[in-house]
Amino acid sequence: MKKTLFDKVWDSHVVHSVDNGPQILYIDKHLIHEVTSPQAFAELEERNIPLFRKDQIVATADHNVPTKDQHLPIQDLLSKKQVEMLSTNCEKHGVTLYGLGHPYQGIVHVMAPELGVTQPGMTMVCGDSHTSTHGAFGTIAFGIGTSQVAQVFASQCLLLSKPKSMRITLNGDLKPGVLPKDVILYIIAKLGTNSGTGYFVEYAGDVFENMSMEGRMTVCNMSIEMGARGGMIAPDETTFKYVKGKEFAPKGEEFDKKVAYWRTLPTDEGATFDKEYTFDAADIAPMVTYGTNPGMGIKINDRIPDINDVSFEKSLKYMGLHKGEKLLGKPINYVFIGSCTNSRIEDFRVAATYIKGRQKAANVNALIVPGSQQVAKQIEAEGLQEIFEAAGFEIRQSGCSACLGMNEDKIPAGEYCVSTSNRNFEGRQGQGARTILASPLVAAATAVAGKIIDVTTEIEEPEPASV
Amino acid sequence: MKNQNRQAFKEMEKFTTLESQAIPLPIENIDTDQIIPARFLKATSKIGFGENLFRDWRYGKDNTEVADFVLNNDTYSGSILVAGDNFGCGSSREHAAWALTDFGFKVIVSSYFADIFKGNALNNGLLPVQVKPEMLKEMLAVIKKDPSVQILVNLEEQFIAVEGTDLREDFKIDAYKKMCLMNGYDDIDFLISNKDKIEAYEASREF
Repeated sequence: MKKTLFDKVWDSHVVHSVDNGPQILYIDKHLIHEVTSPQAFAELEERNIPLFRKDQIVATADHNVPTKDQHLPIQDLLSKKQVEMLSTNCEKHGVTLYGLGHPYQGIVHVMAPELGVTQPGMTMVCGDSHTSTHGAFGTIAFGIGTSQVAQVFASQCLLLSKPKSMRITLNGDLKPGVLPKDVILYIIAKLGTNSGTGYFVEYAGDVFENMSMEGRMTVCNMSIEMGARGGMIAPDETTFKYVKGKEFAPKGEEFDKKVAYWRTLPTDEGATFDKEYTFDAADIAPMVTYGTNPGMGIKINDRIPDINDVSFEKSLKYMGLHKGEKLLGKPINYVFIGSCTNSRIEDFRVAATYIKGRQKAANVNALIVPGSQQVAKQIEAEGLQEIFEAAGFEIRQSGCSACLGMNEDKIPAGEYCVSTSNRNFEGRQGQGARTILASPLVAAATAVAGKIIDVTTEIEEPEPASV
Repeated sequence: MKNQNRQAFKEMEKFTTLESQAIPLPIENIDTDQIIPARFLKATSKIGFGENLFRDWRYGKDNTEVADFVLNNDTYSGSILVAGDNFGCGSSREHAAWALTDFGFKVIVSSYFADIFKGNALNNGLLPVQVKPEMLKEMLAVIKKDPSVQILVNLEEQFIAVEGTDLREDFKIDAYKKMCLMNGYDDIDFLISNKDKIEAYEASREF
């Protein structure tokens, strides 16, 4: 039988199928962080259940950490307690923790791939919906709730019904200034915020084949924003090259053996999907969102659509925007470049290339938050830090930061923030904050201009080259 | 409205049938950030999240009640929430399910549920009942007209009905999950009882 990439990875992890019921799916890697794990540890202790496979768990602190003075005790007492509880739990149960101050610490979906924890053909879970990021490697990776975190702790398995499959094919050439973030925002705007519910998506076509691993991670990261549990891209030479030599990647002969297996994973010719969509890369432009879900996005030159719907109008009211209005030229006081969607080295290279030799506008607070300690080091080593600092950007230490504003990094009520993060929900970046999702290039250009501008009119080169 | 049923940190309650008034919340794409904002996720137990359920819709910045928000409206009460399409999208935070159960909800009715939220709800004895969009619309209209109307949810026979009307619809639920809810079981015991199969799988794997 012809199989999809998703079928191959899923089927090879089924331990047992319950008659007329769910399947027991084996989980290779379990990532945990401070916010969604404490109740799971407590549940196990309460029921006197030991951790089943502690060596398959990797922990880091990211959601609730300060991005300033990480060497000092955390000021917020509740945050301090939660981060300390992660350390205590990991120590007690023998789980590897890359906590605050560790050179491997970072946003869980940035640090795991860069350490080679993420590998093709695996199943991975984490108590975080953006676990879909790891699908960029041809991995089945998805977010779970805390009850499921406890289940994986107890059995290294989950009880699940196999999702349906969807393929989104994108061929052609992306226009200059169009980044992977624009690609996924375009797809979500086209399909809607719940189009993927019940599905696992495969992204196919030459646009994704030609994309870097960082770009693929950005795309897969936002699969959940159309409701899909996860998104995948077939592993290829780009994937193997990225994984090779990483700290926890297989080495030598073992690596070659794995690669031979990984090459068998791409979808068979003629395999069928429950749903298929095809888009033309040439139609995609830099995107911005105008509403309070990621599906409410438009091309940067377009106007906000005129839709008569109570929820739509509620959303515009929150955003302080009107039907038919353009976002182009909108004054912006806050810019955030970070989050598990866009805080990898490539994102900062794109931003720095644009910013080099320019200054941020006086009205703008521009925050740069690297996704991991390793990315922070690389920013420094490549000279990007000097570019950002010279332009008046503030560089912080790694963490989830203003993507969800669990720490002090919040956007004030009523203010607009052009953000490279993944969610523009009401209050996501702080109570009353108004988020406009965009690519790192649009964010950088906004910071410089102090308003939303069309970057494509300034760009002549096909892609911003690395600095 | 007070928290009606503070759930302790223990196994799930059994669910069979429920008859209750309902609270209407006809907004689409309600994400889990609205159900429980991130700043309340610093707690390390499952208890007490009901206090901050829909915090920023329920209270203004000065912590006073927002008068026109439905949870602040004494006209409406009950342990059934009837909400707009695509309920529970966004973040995987199970705190959203804990906040709803802690507040006293036992059933959420919508025309569509986000995957992760649905799983989290079921793992906490909170029943997501998916109805057709027309049924949702009619239910909301009836509740608005008569807030005291009783809604009957029968898990065993898998139907939901609005009493005193002919509104009735069957709903779907995974047979295994239904058994879990009716008996108050969760997945952990089941998974652990399959440990021999899991170990055999591990031993048999080449990759």
